[in-house]
Amino acid sequence: MTDQPNNISEPEEAIAGGGLLDRRVFLQKSLGVAAGGGLLLGSLPTLAGEIPSGMKVPGRPFSNYGEPSPHEKEAVRWISANSMAPGNGISWTPLHRLEGTITPSGLHFERHHNGVPSIDPDQHQLLIHGLCRNPLRFSLNDLLRYPMVSRILFVECGGNSNAGWHDEPIQTPAGYFHGLASCSEWTGVPLSTLLDEVGLLPEARWLIAEGADGAAMNISIPLEKALDDTLVALYQNGERIRPENGYPMRLILPGWEAVLNVKWLHRLQVAREPVMARNETAKYTELQPSGKAHQFSFIMEAKSIITHPSPGHQLKGPGLYQISGLAWSGRGRVSKVEVSADGGKSWAEAALTDPILPKAFTRFRLPWRWDGSALTLKSRVTDETGYRQPERSQLIAERGKQGYFHYNAIVTWAVSTDGSLSHVYA
Amino acid sequence: MSMPSVFPLIMILIPLIMSPTGAVEAAPEGPHLGKPLTTMDLDGLDIHVFPDGTGLPEGNGNSETGAKLYEGLCAACHGPHGTGGSAAELVGRSPLNGPHPDQSVGNYWPYATTLFDFIRRSMPLNAPRSLSADQVYALTAYILEINGLLPKGTALDKKTLPAIQMPNRDGFIRLWPESR
Repeated sequence: MTDQPNNISEPEEAIAGGGLLDRRVFLQKSLGVAAGGGLLLGSLPTLAGEIPSGMKVPGRPFSNYGEPSPHEKEAVRWISANSMAPGNGISWTPLHRLEGTITPSGLHFERHHNGVPSIDPDQHQLLIHGLCRNPLRFSLNDLLRYPMVSRILFVECGGNSNAGWHDEPIQTPAGYFHGLASCSEWTGVPLSTLLDEVGLLPEARWLIAEGADGAAMNISIPLEKALDDTLVALYQNGERIRPENGYPMRLILPGWEAVLNVKWLHRLQVAREPVMARNETAKYTELQPSGKAHQFSFIMEAKSIITHPSPGHQLKGPGLYQISGLAWSGRGRVSKVEVSADGGKSWAEAALTDPILPKAFTRFRLPWRWDGSALTLKSRVTDETGYRQPERSQLIAERGKQGYFHYNAIVTWAVSTDGSLSHVYA
Repeated sequence: MSMPSVFPLIMILIPLIMSPTGAVEAAPEGPHLGKPLTTMDLDGLDIHVFPDGTGLPEGNGNSETGAKLYEGLCAACHGPHGTGGSAAELVGRSPLNGPHPDQSVGNYWPYATTLFDFIRRSMPLNAPRSLSADQVYALTAYILEINGLLPKGTALDKKTLPAIQMPNRDGFIRLWPESR
């Protein structure tokens, strides 16, 4: 891997403005490129026959639990918390420093209303009661004997990307703008199995979920979703869920906004009506220009973002690069991602990397020959329902600027002639 | 492994393969390990308060008591008289279709019961679940009073709190289930 873009002698055909190449170019020609991580590298030291130092001494011994390389200290969550209450806030997944589609568990975004509770798994119980024939309580060990399923799914905060409503484009790395979204393999017990055992009464319509944290975070979930594909997740990426992600159990509602995916789950009350908790009335509702607000806007609509290159990265001169990014939809699979390098005048279809799973991050990639001129990069996703990610102007025309939640407009990065990138509205 | 034993192995594996969507088509049967949960077990845990008042406890409190409690427990974060600080502003009066509307209790919250539910379960952040029912009623009354929704000194209990009609009661459009 080089820090300089490769030059190739064969002619290549741009399929859209700004130097976007056919998505099959990489496959056909196996070209070396300055990949995302390489964008930030400095110049290579000379070799001069020097044997790499690690080849001349024994290496470190084993470790019980591995850690990232000490050279990767910048691939961290960025924390934004309340100064008076350090457990109340958020931390962002550094999407601009990650590749592929799985978020390392330690980098999954966080939203805590009052910190991460310390929970003894032997004491923790899941209570299910309300409009059911047999109210039941389950220990963690009970649930570990239940039939489980595993699914790769994104979890996205309803407030993700909300800086997009600002009058001026926020200047921050991509992950600290769109990284209240992460993607993991979640393994757990279908909630439908547990609801079968309590015996729902005919008038049951909603489940009121509550976490065992210092906020006792509560929220109402339509029974239809609970019976469809909701999981009581016990494992994340193969290991037990991390404390900050809900240890020892949390709800996972595929494709639905994260606040419903209640962490540290300890109680489910079956009810006829929603409880109208703070987080489904005062928050996580979207005020429209009319003065009315949207409520129960559960589904996360399709979104895409170019993660490489993105603000904070530095292009090292004209040449061939690979554009790489993430797309997802709460309604199902990503069917198409298009990239523009000329401000949206022309678009080229990106290659989607398998597996393309419903309600999961999908990685898209496209070769791009940058000629060194100033231009803008955009991506837009279309999901399997035919829904296409809107331009920001269209989103604001439809929903105004006071909605705060569910911002999913096309994101535009400006590339300067010096190879730096910035966020623009264009 | 000899050939004949391969076939039984495949037959065991086939039912475990998930559908391509990963969707759970029907509830898999569980081993029925749940233990009965009694009303007594739920005592003190069953704290959801619904808009019709279901879940509200006995007790009462008035806004004057609430004002004193607020000063000691809430003002450091929410500011004097709910004007906001490191935590949210609690008074909202601006119209919701204006350029920069507040979205606070008085002009945005659709149900007064939500105040009781949220204060009881979550507040204050440094000592959640420490307030008595009387104290939560008093704080709820005070916050409604500073929003101009209750006369000074009004007491609330489980009958009067759910009867309060909030100004933005009909300000919400439910996207579910139509958004399916």
